[in-house]
Amino acid sequence: MSETTTKESSYVTDELIASDIDAYLIKHQHKSLLRFITCGSVDDGKSTLIGRLLYDSKMIFEDQLAAVEADSKKFGTQGQNIDFALLVDGLAAEREQGITIDVAYRFFATEKRKFIVADTPGHEQYTRNMVTGASTADLAVILIDARKGVLTQTRRHSYLAHLIGIRNLVVAVNKMDLIGYDHDRYDAIVAEYRQFATSIGIKNFTPMPISGFKGDNITSKSENTPWYTGPSLMQHLESVELDVTADQAKKFRLPVQWVNRPNLDFRGFSGLVSSGVVKPGDAVRVLPSGKTSTVTRIVTYDGDLPQAVAGQSVTLTFADEVDCSRGDVITLADEPVQVADQFEVNLVWMSDEALIPGRSYWIKIGTQLVSASIHAPKYTVNVNTLEHVAAKTLELNAIGVTNIVTDKPIPFEAYADNRALGGFIVIDKMTNATVGAGMINFSLRRSQNVHWQALDVSRESRAKLKNQQAGVLWFTGLSGAGKSTIANLVEKKLLRMNRHTFLLDGDNVRHGLNKDLGFTDADRIENIRRVGEVAKLMTDAGLIVVTAFISPFRSERELVRSMVAPGEFIEIFIDTSLEDAEKRDVKGLYKKARAGELKNFTGIDSPYEAPQQPEIHIDTSKLTAEEAADLIIAKLIP
Amino acid sequence: MDAVTDTVTLTHLQRLEAESIHIMREVVAETEKPVMLYSVGKDSAVMLHLARKAFYPSPPPFPLLHVDTTWKFKAMYELRDKMAQESGMELLVYQNPEAKAKGINPFDHGPLHTDMWKTEGLKQALDKYGFDAAFGGARRDEEKSRAKERIFSFRSTNHRWDPKSQRPELWNIYNARKAKGESIRVFPISNWTELDIWQYIHLENIPIVPLYFAAKRPTVQRDGLTIMVDDDRFPFAPGEVPEMKSIRFRTLGCYPLSGAVESEAKTLPEVIQEMLLTTTSERQGRVIDKDAGGASMEKKKQEGYF
Repeated sequence: MSETTTKESSYVTDELIASDIDAYLIKHQHKSLLRFITCGSVDDGKSTLIGRLLYDSKMIFEDQLAAVEADSKKFGTQGQNIDFALLVDGLAAEREQGITIDVAYRFFATEKRKFIVADTPGHEQYTRNMVTGASTADLAVILIDARKGVLTQTRRHSYLAHLIGIRNLVVAVNKMDLIGYDHDRYDAIVAEYRQFATSIGIKNFTPMPISGFKGDNITSKSENTPWYTGPSLMQHLESVELDVTADQAKKFRLPVQWVNRPNLDFRGFSGLVSSGVVKPGDAVRVLPSGKTSTVTRIVTYDGDLPQAVAGQSVTLTFADEVDCSRGDVITLADEPVQVADQFEVNLVWMSDEALIPGRSYWIKIGTQLVSASIHAPKYTVNVNTLEHVAAKTLELNAIGVTNIVTDKPIPFEAYADNRALGGFIVIDKMTNATVGAGMINFSLRRSQNVHWQALDVSRESRAKLKNQQAGVLWFTGLSGAGKSTIANLVEKKLLRMNRHTFLLDGDNVRHGLNKDLGFTDADRIENIRRVGEVAKLMTDAGLIVVTAFISPFRSERELVRSMVAPGEFIEIFIDTSLEDAEKRDVKGLYKKARAGELKNFTGIDSPYEAPQQPEIHIDTSKLTAEEAADLIIAKLIP
Repeated sequence: MDAVTDTVTLTHLQRLEAESIHIMREVVAETEKPVMLYSVGKDSAVMLHLARKAFYPSPPPFPLLHVDTTWKFKAMYELRDKMAQESGMELLVYQNPEAKAKGINPFDHGPLHTDMWKTEGLKQALDKYGFDAAFGGARRDEEKSRAKERIFSFRSTNHRWDPKSQRPELWNIYNARKAKGESIRVFPISNWTELDIWQYIHLENIPIVPLYFAAKRPTVQRDGLTIMVDDDRFPFAPGEVPEMKSIRFRTLGCYPLSGAVESEAKTLPEVIQEMLLTTTSERQGRVIDKDAGGASMEKKKQEGYF
């Protein structure tokens, strides 16, 4: 074993283990749990620090140590010494490349606390990984190399930790041994950091001089820094206030996960209390409905509880039969949360595919899943300089401020007040990947005050008067496939059958309603969104709307489908091969596109995503336009 | 807030319990056909106990699935059947018919045994019943590559795990959306350590297989491991006689592949005491991790092993 392992660590050898295991167990059942993140690159000695914490708390066994000793000789950077960094390395591919690509979670415990450390190594994926690791952390350790002082990456780490709302920041000035434990140098670094921290709104932080390699001020106060009067890192980690405890002082909120109905006599609402305290007898309110009731029981497997606090998973029962389901939020009756559908948010983009402003994404916030469209960012933040930069989209690892609009009002709180009701993930509707993480700053208006005007004449009665069922016949296909021709024929035939219709044609709409839009992906999406809104109003008026747009993206067609009533969206795929469409080229557009005169032309340099399960599929190589129109009519009106 | 309430400090076990329950409820709410993989070991025991808590007073709304190799310890089969009955859950036992037909066993077939019975068997069982989410009892502290595994781990239609395209997990929000044919492995006890598991079993009085406690048992030495002779299928070397030793197990699997430790720990506190004073890691007693060098568990995971 190397010299680095000889330093005693006060919290390892617990004599109680050997002498009185029962007493030890009782003592250790009352530990609390702290989650923290370490921020810094390999050069800052982060892995060495984590390795030391694990080693000192006896979380490393002999066989692992033997493996690391062997690896140290093979990959290590510490000569003959144990390279602690290798203890906290993971996947094989990464080990060979010498880099880690993700968040890893490590565990260790002292007598007072169990710790979960999120380890996020530094490199170009840093923002995504650090935000992920920090989202569950009570505390962040920002490592500064004492030889280098406050660097760009120190600012970046601090900004991200602050953005994600970490209240406890430890600024660990590491490698003090390499600057001879120089007090003045330490003070200068802390002063420089303080100036920067204040400028970005960080109110408190805890600085400390350490050496992960030598063990100074890690588990106990070091003799090498007699001028330092603060706690050792471990003392601080063991005593700092936990978020879950602080959350108990906030207002009661419980996002409902699951309705528990084992039989007709029992109806409970299960969830994790995100903040506050609730007791039987408390008057409560269910959001967004606003209905009220009284808590009768707090049911658990271990018997009913006299109260439930933040951090507990429980099941509540109510005195009344109140409508309450997954996604709703239970609060105390006189302390409800706001309900809104438009928000300003901080958004961190986590996907290789950039944000497409205007496109519809899934958003999961608390236990709710809603459809939302995200506006173009107001600005993005350069994480290195913290400058605001104008931007049209968000690329991987970009952080921006933007507005989002959800398709229905949702109960929420500002992220600064409640992480559970203000933090959300963004999900791509096609790939299902998690592409972003957001934090609500505030709602743009209080939607609770702007009620939807309920109209006395219903959409059904309007359609009935016209002796028809309203709907949208959505023609999609390549340019030149015959959408407009067939749609025109269909409309004529419907008119002859005394049906009330309206045709929205791509070219015509672009002369008026959408004349400000071009043909970039973002503009195409906005084009379809507007057409969808118009079509929706017309179905409310009881009309059969016929539309003829290329509408190349599946997600936008699905967006329109979700906007109108179920069953009212009829997708009609006019299926022509690119070869045939190009041969026909009625408007001469393909020729221009091939010549490079037209950019973003569907089928040439912009993709067409064919429908997977259209309601009606027309193969133009087998049918004439007239036959196609007849077939569509036959399917619509049997 | 009403009258002043004393702040309650939740213990680490209460926090871990609440987190695991939260995860299980999310899966039940967001997937179509979940199942709990039940291997009868101590981690499975804790996971089953947590499931009963999560949905109480309802029984857990999913079945238990035991991917059997026919080579588990007898005591494991006994506890398995007892716990299924007690929890009121349906128990599905799956044995890979091909492995059965070919008589695949740990003595003659080496790594192929694990591959066919467990890896292939698991895939076949999930496909057969059409489960789209499977709870597993893996923990992040078990092995290095697991430290980076997500709580929700996505598998392609052919059950492969791609460590490079896993979804980021933020806060306690889990993205359970997936395409048809894809499935999720969910690890609700990811953040528990071996010590947490033992403490919780002790505190909650959770039934576990008696093999975790020391007793005199017939043993032989194989490749540096102490193997217990659990039935008459064990092939002895000429003249070999099993030796009675006081042993117990830290992990349980197929009996010919599970290395025992010599021990006198007959109670849970004694087991925990031994664990705390010990100097080798838990998986050390398992043959399968050593198959292909340091990264073998990771390789197995990519191929679809849990």
